[in-house]
Amino acid sequence: MAKDPVLTFTDRGIYCPAGDFFIDPWRPVDQALITHGHSDHARWGHRRYLATHQALPVMRHRLGQIEAQGIAYGESLRIGGVTVSFHPAGHIPGSAQIAVERSGEVWVVSGDYKVEPDGLAEAFAPVPCHAFISECTFGLPVFRWRPQAVVMNEVTDWWAANAAAGKVSILGAYSLGKAQRLLAGVGAVGPILTHGAVEQVNEILRNQGYDLPATIRAGQGVDGRTHPGALVIAPPSALGSAWARKFGPAEEAFASGWMAVRGIRRRRALGTGFVVSDHADFPGLLSAIRATGCERVFVTHGYTAPFRRFLAEQGYDAVIVATEYGEEPEEPVETIES
Amino acid sequence: MRDFATLFAALDGTTKTTAKLAALTHYFRTAAEEDRLWTIALLSGRRPKRAVTATELREWAAEAAGLPLWLFEESYAMVGDLAETIALILPAAATEESPSLSDTIRALTALTGQPVAARKAAILGWWARLGTTERFLFNKLITGGFRMGVSQGLMTRALSTATGVDEAALAHRLMGDWQPATTSFQSLIRDEGEGTASRPYPFALASPLEEGPEALGDPADWHAEWKWDGIRGQLIHRPGLLALWSRGEELITDRFPEFAPLADFLPGGTVIDGEVLAWDRVNHRPLPFADLQKRIGRKTVPKKLLLEAPARLLAYDLLEDGGRDLRNSPFTERQARLAAILSDLPPDLPLSLSPPITCADWADLAATRQTARERQAEGLMLKRKSSPYFTGRKRGDWWKWKLDPFTLDAVMLYAQAGHGRRANLYTDFTFAVRDGNALVPFTKAYSGLTDAEFAEITRWVQKNTLERFGPVRRVPPELVFEIGFEGIQESPRHKSGIALRFPRMIRWRRDKPVDEIDTLDGLRDLLRATRA
Repeated sequence: MAKDPVLTFTDRGIYCPAGDFFIDPWRPVDQALITHGHSDHARWGHRRYLATHQALPVMRHRLGQIEAQGIAYGESLRIGGVTVSFHPAGHIPGSAQIAVERSGEVWVVSGDYKVEPDGLAEAFAPVPCHAFISECTFGLPVFRWRPQAVVMNEVTDWWAANAAAGKVSILGAYSLGKAQRLLAGVGAVGPILTHGAVEQVNEILRNQGYDLPATIRAGQGVDGRTHPGALVIAPPSALGSAWARKFGPAEEAFASGWMAVRGIRRRRALGTGFVVSDHADFPGLLSAIRATGCERVFVTHGYTAPFRRFLAEQGYDAVIVATEYGEEPEEPVETIES
Repeated sequence: MRDFATLFAALDGTTKTTAKLAALTHYFRTAAEEDRLWTIALLSGRRPKRAVTATELREWAAEAAGLPLWLFEESYAMVGDLAETIALILPAAATEESPSLSDTIRALTALTGQPVAARKAAILGWWARLGTTERFLFNKLITGGFRMGVSQGLMTRALSTATGVDEAALAHRLMGDWQPATTSFQSLIRDEGEGTASRPYPFALASPLEEGPEALGDPADWHAEWKWDGIRGQLIHRPGLLALWSRGEELITDRFPEFAPLADFLPGGTVIDGEVLAWDRVNHRPLPFADLQKRIGRKTVPKKLLLEAPARLLAYDLLEDGGRDLRNSPFTERQARLAAILSDLPPDLPLSLSPPITCADWADLAATRQTARERQAEGLMLKRKSSPYFTGRKRGDWWKWKLDPFTLDAVMLYAQAGHGRRANLYTDFTFAVRDGNALVPFTKAYSGLTDAEFAEITRWVQKNTLERFGPVRRVPPELVFEIGFEGIQESPRHKSGIALRFPRMIRWRRDKPVDEIDTLDGLRDLLRATRA
């Protein structure tokens, strides 16, 4: 006898009929469970929000006055006919996979995730389940990340070489997550300046107890002359802008998983690209899926067609689900500009 | 390959010419001489003998990565470069080795002609021992197509700075068919290499004249001639030797046997720059480029083709006269000597002067230009009468004043992602014109839009895909473009029955509705008109 699915896919988002709630919906709903604070997952306009205690402060900052409830990692909560629990996704601080259990059947929504611990976000923990809803932003086998320590050394060396040449180093990184991960991982070469968008998130995370090095908000009287050889962390859109030119002689670089591909790097006319991603690489996606022991996989945003086919050839019951989560991998132009 | 990989990373990691020049100069000062020689060869488009086919590389890489071939192909479609796809898709090497560039190339060359099993074992072995960047460069040695954003001119300048050898002399020495396997770095740059007798001079190149010629000053200072639609050639006659070089530095003497008799009539030590054309002997004018095209690809020419499309060289410059390098003499002087030499030749030889065009003023010349198509020419060339024969492209002395292209409006039917720098962007489109109620595809085009426009169209294609055929996507016929092209000819191979020369996008016509695009009948009319 076919059972009703635990989760269904609607035009408003992922829905749980037995609990009457949505997960990361993209249209306004009554009850929204949120995996993490990035704007394509935590959207404005829902009546009630549920997210991890660690994710809520940034969400409140970004979404303003919201009615929100916090939950601890691993804590179980009964909603209608199901039990939900949140588990570390390793994507950014506070990010979670959401497990929904109904009469012993478990479905897990991964949100965005990465497998390698980055030293700042709560480390990814596989959750045994029957059905796994996975992103596949980097779901092609050309995406294989090197260990974080190796890349962080490259960033540190680049910074040190620029500083020695009397230049400021401007590093583009998303202001929530990537920026702080770089801050936490880069070696100590000199002062670190930040763009306002990055510094706001820094302050929130510091207040929560995340361990970040000291940073100075760049601006009037804080630039390459007052802080020679500084590292500047700014949103990608600041690269090449008038704002970036105020620092004086500088080198620019961009930190993103897309920088693994030479054509994309060159199209940006960027000298340096560091391959740092908060998403799982191809081997990471496969190991995460394997670790859940699941039989069914729903693939959401990313290289869905080839990734689904590959999973099917590995024996999974794999299906593509259309969502409105951003970061279309086929649209690095947009990804990079956003 | 460590030095070479460092050089590559430095060149690839910057868009600044000064930084590239510094990196190249440093390399030419410090790398092993044998490696320098190979680097010059690679950067000037030479490559080692191909030991492995692209198909073999794909299959072996997929197998080594433990992936199905289709997934490898999907990845290749995204990355847009075979060498890079292989470098990325294989697991990281356990221990990395770094043999020298020249040793690597020697080992690769030794693989040619070996049985498949031996070649495969060797290639898999290299892949397992090289880091990602070096693996990429290694693959590039096999697949060719090194694009590092370094022009021949930039490389020559760096080499000159590093060695102290005069830049112009170096530019000449790097021409021709020298091979790194049979020369050395010192003999190449000190001009002791072999093949110096047949070596061509660097071609002088013209710049496009975007506006009218009025800004060039007095028409009396300028020499005008037709811009022919053939292939550029440099004919060298020295004792016991007749050589014809294409602009791509390819020796094409044997493809045009009709030039062989010239050796008996041209004085020794003569070097002529001109245009190779297929020639209509009855009407004394060039045949369409399509006829010449039949000759270009053939190494041996059947008799029938020699009769149908005989070649002729229209000479427009003299670089060497009686063994003396004339390149620094003024254009008029070279032109006079050229005319004198040619006038001594028997009239039935396939070599004559490209006729000068006289004009009263610029307006007169502009009117003449409008008749270019009737003469199978693309427009006019303007050369300053006092100018030397310079090396490469130097703005100001030589201009090409081409006719405006033909244009028509067409709608996009299919889109495909580009390669290299345009990987992951939809840039290669197939266009259709109307034929009654049907849309007939008639051309592809790849260039002419800005990166921002390509990015916008890419997003549109992704949201509006109707069907996928591998890397190609069918889209609704909604986006209209103005297509420019230089010529039109019949083609039984195309569904529309026609083929265009140099098609490209002139602009995206957001203002133009699809029902107002051009028709197949209109194209056929144009074909008839150009034939007449």
